[in-house]
Amino acid sequence: MTDVIETTTPTPASRDRGGPAQPMLIVENIKKYFPIRAGLLNRKVAEVKAVDDISFYVLKGETLGIVGESGCGKSTLARLLMYLIEKDEGHLVLDGDPVGEKAGVPLDGLRRSLQMVFQDSYSSLNPRLPIESSIAYGPKVQGASAKSAKEQARALLEKVGLKADRFGQRYPHELSGGQKQRVNIARALALDPRLLILDEAVSALDKSVEAQVLNLLGDLKEQLNLTYIFISHDLHVVKYISDRVLVMYLGQVVEIGPVDKIYEDPKHPYTQALLACRLSMDPDERVDAAPLAGDPPNPVNPPSGCRFHTRCPHAEDVCMSKMPALGDALRSDPSEHLAACHMVHAGSGHSKAPNPEVTTLPLWQGEMR
Amino acid sequence: MTDIPAGSLHIDKAQAAPASKVRGYWGSVWNRLRYDYVTLSCMALIAVIVLLAVFAPWIAPMDPDKSSMANRLRPIGYKKFLLGTDEQGRDMLSRLLWGGRNSLLMGIVPVIFATTIGGAFGVVAGYYGGKVNMVIMRTMDVFFAFPSVLLAVAIAGSLGGGIFNQMLTLTVVLIPPICRVAETATSQVRSLDFVDAARASGASTISILFSHVLINVLSPVLVYSSTLVSISIILAAGLSFLGLGVAPPTADWGLMLSTLRQSIYVQPLIAALPGVAILITSIAFNLVSDGLRQAMDVKA
Repeated sequence: MTDVIETTTPTPASRDRGGPAQPMLIVENIKKYFPIRAGLLNRKVAEVKAVDDISFYVLKGETLGIVGESGCGKSTLARLLMYLIEKDEGHLVLDGDPVGEKAGVPLDGLRRSLQMVFQDSYSSLNPRLPIESSIAYGPKVQGASAKSAKEQARALLEKVGLKADRFGQRYPHELSGGQKQRVNIARALALDPRLLILDEAVSALDKSVEAQVLNLLGDLKEQLNLTYIFISHDLHVVKYISDRVLVMYLGQVVEIGPVDKIYEDPKHPYTQALLACRLSMDPDERVDAAPLAGDPPNPVNPPSGCRFHTRCPHAEDVCMSKMPALGDALRSDPSEHLAACHMVHAGSGHSKAPNPEVTTLPLWQGEMR
Repeated sequence: MTDIPAGSLHIDKAQAAPASKVRGYWGSVWNRLRYDYVTLSCMALIAVIVLLAVFAPWIAPMDPDKSSMANRLRPIGYKKFLLGTDEQGRDMLSRLLWGGRNSLLMGIVPVIFATTIGGAFGVVAGYYGGKVNMVIMRTMDVFFAFPSVLLAVAIAGSLGGGIFNQMLTLTVVLIPPICRVAETATSQVRSLDFVDAARASGASTISILFSHVLINVLSPVLVYSSTLVSISIILAAGLSFLGLGVAPPTADWGLMLSTLRQSIYVQPLIAALPGVAILITSIAFNLVSDGLRQAMDVKA
C-alpha cells in the first residue's frame, strides 16, 4: 500500500510540498467540547467532551482507519478536520504547513486538499439537483467555468463507474444506495483533493455493494495518489482497507498502530473487547456473551483516571486515579504500537504491568487468551 | 487493496433501470399534476376568475357605479340585470366583475410580498440559527400572539383606509406564518449533509443559500403561500366590511357583502352573491395548493 506513492505520481510534484517523509496531515492536541446550556439565562452547565486532546498523523498515501463504538467522537473528529465545526484547541498541519494560521495554508487551501465522503448517502446529495450539478458545484465555487465544471463532473461520474450520459441528469432519489455513494465519492474528488476522509462511507450499504465501493476506493487511491482517513465501526472493513488503525474511546485515542499489530495483538482491553465482538465465519466460534457490557459512560462526566475502567475486566485502583498516557503519538514511528493502558506501561502500578527491568514483551497477553 | 473480482465495479450499470425520459424537477411536478383533474379544473377556474376581473371594463354590461333608484334590489334575471341589482340599483354582475379586481389584488399581491419578505427572514433565521434565529422568530411570535383578524384590524385602523394601506396591512399580517414555515423548512435542510458538503467545498454562505437551501425550501413555502391567498381575500373582505379597506362606492366583494347585509331579508340571494364569489375563489385556491403540495412532493 505505502509504496504506491513512489511509483505513481500523476499529480504535479509541486503539490507535494513537504516530501514523502512529511506526513500528509498532523493533528496536534485537538479538542472539541460541546457546551450544554440550560436554565433561564442559557448558562453553560456542562460540557460534552466529544474530542478530548487527540493527536495523530497520517502519512502520505496510507489509509488510517479510525474505529470505536457509536458516540465515541469519530464523526466529530472528521468534521473538526474538515473545519465544518470550529475546534476549541489544537493545530492541524497539512503537508508541513499549519492550517488557518498566518504563516500556513488558508482555509480554502485545506478545503481543496481535504474532502469528505459522508455516511448518509441520501442526505448528502441535494434532492433537487441532478447529480451532475451536485458534482460540478464544488469546482464552480472554486472558480471553474460552468462548462469545464460540467465536463469534469461527467468525467468523474465515468471514473466512479456511472455512465455520465445515463446518470448525469438523474436525481438522487432515482439512484440506489451504492450509486449515490459513488456520486458522493465523485463529488468529493471534484476538487482534486489529496486526503479523503471517509466517514462511515460504506456502512450504510449492503455487503455486495460495499465490496464494490471498497474496490472503487482502492482503485481511485492508486490512480489519484490519495491518502485516506477511513472512519468505520465495521472492524472487518477497517482491517481490509487500513494500513494503520486508531482506536477511539470516549473522545480519546486508546490505541494506535499498524493494522496487523492491532488485530493480532491488541494491547488495550477496549480494543480486545471490540475485536472479540467481530462475527466469526465459523458457527462453532460464535460469541455468546457480549464482550462489552453496558453503554459507554456519559461523555459529559467521563470517569476519572482511565475512561475505560468502568467496563474494564482488569481495572485496579490505579486505573481509577491515574489517566494512562498513550505516549507521544506524533513523534512515534508509524510502525510503533501505542496503547493508553496501565497494563502496558512499565512501572504504572498496575499488577499486570510489565516489570520495569524486563524489556521483552509482557506475558500478560498470553495469560489472557 | 486486494481481490474482489475486478469486473464487480461495473455491476451497477447492468442493474440500472432502463434509461427513462430525463426531465427536470418541474417536469416531474407537471407530470404528476397532469392527471390530477381536481387541481387542474381549479386552476382553470382561477384563470377564468382572474381573466374576468382583468377584463371587467370590457366585459361588464353596465357601469358598476351607476345607481338607479327605480331598480333597487331587483331579483336575479330581472330584465337586463342578469344577476339583479343591489340596494342602490347598481347592476350586480358588473359590480361583481369589478369587485373581483380589487379582491384578487388583495388576495395575490400581499401574499407575494409576504412570501418574499417572510421567506427571506425565515431562511436567514433557519440557516444561521442561534441568536439571529432568536431575534427574528421571537419578533414573529409577537405578531403571532394576536389573532390575525384582530391584528389586521389594529394595523388597518391605525394606518387608515385605502388600497395601499390595506395591502400593507395584509402583508404584515401574512409575514409571520410564512416566516415560520420557511424557518422550519430551512433548519431541516440546514442539518442535512449536503449543506456541509457544500461548505466543505469552500462555498460562501450566499452561494449555499441560493444553490442548495432555497431550492429545497421553495416548495413548502410556495404551497403554504397559496393557501394564504384565500385567507388574504377573506381578510381583505373583512377589512372592507368594517370600513377599513376600500371606500364605497368602489366595488369590492367584502364591501358589497357589508352593504348588502341590510337587505338580506329582502333579497337573500342577491345579498349572498359576493359571499359566493369569495367562497368559490378561496376554495379554488385551497384545492390548487393542496394539489401542488402533492405534486411537489419528491420521492413520489
